[in-house]
Amino acid sequence: MSDPRLAIIPERFRGVKRIIAISSGKGGVGKSMFAVALALALRDRGVSVGLLDLDFTSPSTHLILGVGNLTPTEDKGITPPQANGLSYMSIVHYAGENPVPLRGAEASSAIIELLSITRWGELDLLVIDMPPGIGDATLDMIRLIPRIEFLVITTPSRLAYESVRKLLTLLREQGVPTIGVVENMATWERGYIEAVTGKAGFMYLGAVDFDPEVEVAIGDPEALAKTKFFAQLRDLARKI
Amino acid sequence: MHEWALAEGIIATASRVAEEQHLDEITEVVVRIGELQQVEEEIVQFALEQLRTPKMSKAKFTIEKAPAKFRCNKCAMEWGLDPKTLDRETGEAIHFVPEMAHVYLKCPGCGSPDFEVAEGRGVWLASIKGRRK
Repeated sequence: MSDPRLAIIPERFRGVKRIIAISSGKGGVGKSMFAVALALALRDRGVSVGLLDLDFTSPSTHLILGVGNLTPTEDKGITPPQANGLSYMSIVHYAGENPVPLRGAEASSAIIELLSITRWGELDLLVIDMPPGIGDATLDMIRLIPRIEFLVITTPSRLAYESVRKLLTLLREQGVPTIGVVENMATWERGYIEAVTGKAGFMYLGAVDFDPEVEVAIGDPEALAKTKFFAQLRDLARKI
Repeated sequence: MHEWALAEGIIATASRVAEEQHLDEITEVVVRIGELQQVEEEIVQFALEQLRTPKMSKAKFTIEKAPAKFRCNKCAMEWGLDPKTLDRETGEAIHFVPEMAHVYLKCPGCGSPDFEVAEGRGVWLASIKGRRK
């Protein structure tokens, strides 16, 4: 008759002022790193921030944050543990470092489950690290959280942008609020992504240079905060 | 699924259905819970007692359990859940997110994690009875 989980999802997000999905049509463009760095940069500005890793097959935000076995607290649902000052939820709290081989409908059901049990409380902002593409997670978030805003990441590659373009088309067709497009891992002459983004009618938020120090800083948020990548992202975050 | 979250969902859904059907009073709510949810019925009943609204103050909440049945996508074997074989950590992970069965369980026939939960996965409101004044 009815799935009772769906009825409580809006209630779970009632105390969250803004919900931003860090998304891309393409994998490997730096979504997770961007999501973590954005959450940390906003935390530094005194914003209360949550971070939700929805990439069930390849969760990596816990590795970037350098957090090990975190256990959510059980209290009439699940309260996310704190990680580096962020309310932090990830499938790794339940799956550990094991593979999570889920087919489409099951991935969707797991997302609904996680959204319905997690009590975020009062937050200024929830950052969601999305899996790549326009599959279950993207469609579910559009369906389940109508006020979600998308921030779309691409690299300078035309191949990456071609997938991103499809995501942007979907978002426009569905009337989903879209903050803009970030050109991540920028390495060569600028202009292409800015031009095509503008032509498509979306805001080009700016470029973040490829920074080899980011790889070194995985697992060490303090080191990440000292990178050029983080400084550029922090400037860019003012537009969000 | 966590019992309190489940109870909240049941109350919210029952309230919505009652509104849609213009019921002034809810007399009975039947909930079917898949075995894979690993919920403790007494806690769900307790939570429902705490959360029930005035419109359902006299309602009877009936919980029916549906046994879990798995079907392997690779070798087509079917099997059931034996909670006794789950260690505490696995049981808890499956309790909170039942899809974690695919992380910890394998087909006993071929060892594949690629199986479907043919029965006993979900939680759903099977029926709601009530009356209009």
